[in-house]
Amino acid sequence: MTSDASGRLPEAFLTPGGSSFMDFLAGHAPDLLPGRRSLGQGDLSSEVPHGTTIVAATFPGGVIMAGDRRATMGNIIAQRDIEKVFPADEYSAVAFAGSAGFGIEMVRLFQVELEHYEKLEGATLSLDGKANRLSALIRGNLPMAMQGLTVVPLFAGYDEDIKGGRIFSYDPTGGRYEETHFYSVGSGSLFARGALKKLYREDLSETDCATVAIQSLIDAADDDSATGGPDMLRRIFPVVGVVTADGYRRLPEDEVATLVDAAWSQRHLRPDGPASASLT
Amino acid sequence: MSVPFYVSPEQLMRDRADFARKGIAKGRSAIALQYADGILFVAENRSPALHKVAEIYDRMAFAAVGRYNEFENLRIAGVRLADMRGYSYDRRDVTGRALANAYAQTLGAIFSSGGEKPLEVEILVAEIGASPAEDQIYRLTYDGSIADVRGYAVMGGPAEQVADYVGEHYSEGISLAGALRLAVDALGHDGTEVRELTPDQLEVAVLDRTRSQVRKFKRMSEETLAGILSESRPAEAPTEPAEEVSEAAGESPADEAPVAPTDDDAPVAPPEDPDTDRPL
Repeated sequence: MTSDASGRLPEAFLTPGGSSFMDFLAGHAPDLLPGRRSLGQGDLSSEVPHGTTIVAATFPGGVIMAGDRRATMGNIIAQRDIEKVFPADEYSAVAFAGSAGFGIEMVRLFQVELEHYEKLEGATLSLDGKANRLSALIRGNLPMAMQGLTVVPLFAGYDEDIKGGRIFSYDPTGGRYEETHFYSVGSGSLFARGALKKLYREDLSETDCATVAIQSLIDAADDDSATGGPDMLRRIFPVVGVVTADGYRRLPEDEVATLVDAAWSQRHLRPDGPASASLT
Repeated sequence: MSVPFYVSPEQLMRDRADFARKGIAKGRSAIALQYADGILFVAENRSPALHKVAEIYDRMAFAAVGRYNEFENLRIAGVRLADMRGYSYDRRDVTGRALANAYAQTLGAIFSSGGEKPLEVEILVAEIGASPAEDQIYRLTYDGSIADVRGYAVMGGPAEQVADYVGEHYSEGISLAGALRLAVDALGHDGTEVRELTPDQLEVAVLDRTRSQVRKFKRMSEETLAGILSESRPAEAPTEPAEEVSEAAGESPADEAPVAPTDDDAPVAPPEDPDTDRPL
């Protein structure tokens, strides 16, 4: 597949072209692109695993992205410890809600796309450039979205120009929208966004921002059956990614456990979570 | 009716080899050197933008001398091959051996085909393993011959002279600073006069197996390089490093065509290096 019968590099590899891996695949191995496959008829949405809720929030100097660990297939829990938050490259994170199979494939392709560009050009794309590449990727998936295999990503990263974090949301047609402060996608996103609205402040520290993200996921799990709350028995907790000037870092399991345990113990006293100090 | 001259195949191949060798010897040397924690690449290169050393994949790098447009094309093909393999299979399935083979076949086919001019390049494919014993350095010449090198390799310019110097002073398990000093001294011993190269004349990169990131390739910034070099003065210090008479005389490196390598070159800003302040 990657070299011809003589072992020589195929002509396509040596032909000058763009720096996009997706464009290269489209010309040389289109079957590897998710949007190029023909599908059967009908709605497949309850036949394959779906990932659920993702939240992201900025704090001074960076951005946090967190996702619950549940994948559902109709009313079945398909997986308890799926991961939906990934580093896209050194300075950005990407997560998905929706069809898990295509979501994971999309994330892998997106990661290679960014790395490929970086290696060929010797420079990284701007954050907006990366966000636009993700748009193009989702647009390619439109035929499948029409059959219920929607993938909705959330993209966030550290922007060197403004020295802070930025968040981008997408719709299934590839529309790209920049969000301020926080955003959430997936089946539990409405509940998570409600919680974020009440808990979020612009001056949160990194740790507090992670706590806010975890609280909003707990609230989403509280009201949405497809979102998994912290699994206290199996100790399965949300994946929390942080992007700052130092790059992407996944919060270690024990740090997340500490934050979850603190939130959880307070929920024993007040199951609805922290209450606002003021009503006005 | 003219009868073409008979040229024996031996003569034909010799002519083609001479042609390629001459082109390569016109440039400046590049060195790859195994040190305790990885592989160091040092090339004399006054252009901050046109690289002779580059990242191919997680544990693999590429170094080349000769004609820039020709080896740049090979580098891009290598990145495409590696990214394609990594995407279709897994990151661990991208190996230096496969890439070196593809390069060898490609160079060999071009060399022996009558229609194409032989490539005036010599390249290295280096891959680090878990320990120095598992490191691989493949050296490929213009005719597709491939050699598995241990310890160090020198290509381009007066390669033999430089290699002799490295051979005299090289020892296994050398430190990074030691290897860097040795390589820089060796590059200075390429003529009758001994030169002391300054950081802005050098392109330095490492494959460092101690990096925590998946991608082990890192360029060394001019500042870091200057820091390490100032700590280790040359063993046999050339007393007048400014004497560069022989060097200014007759060399017109084939790979540096766009930037005239004059000695009064104002120090150019280092390449915008996405790696300088990030834990990639």
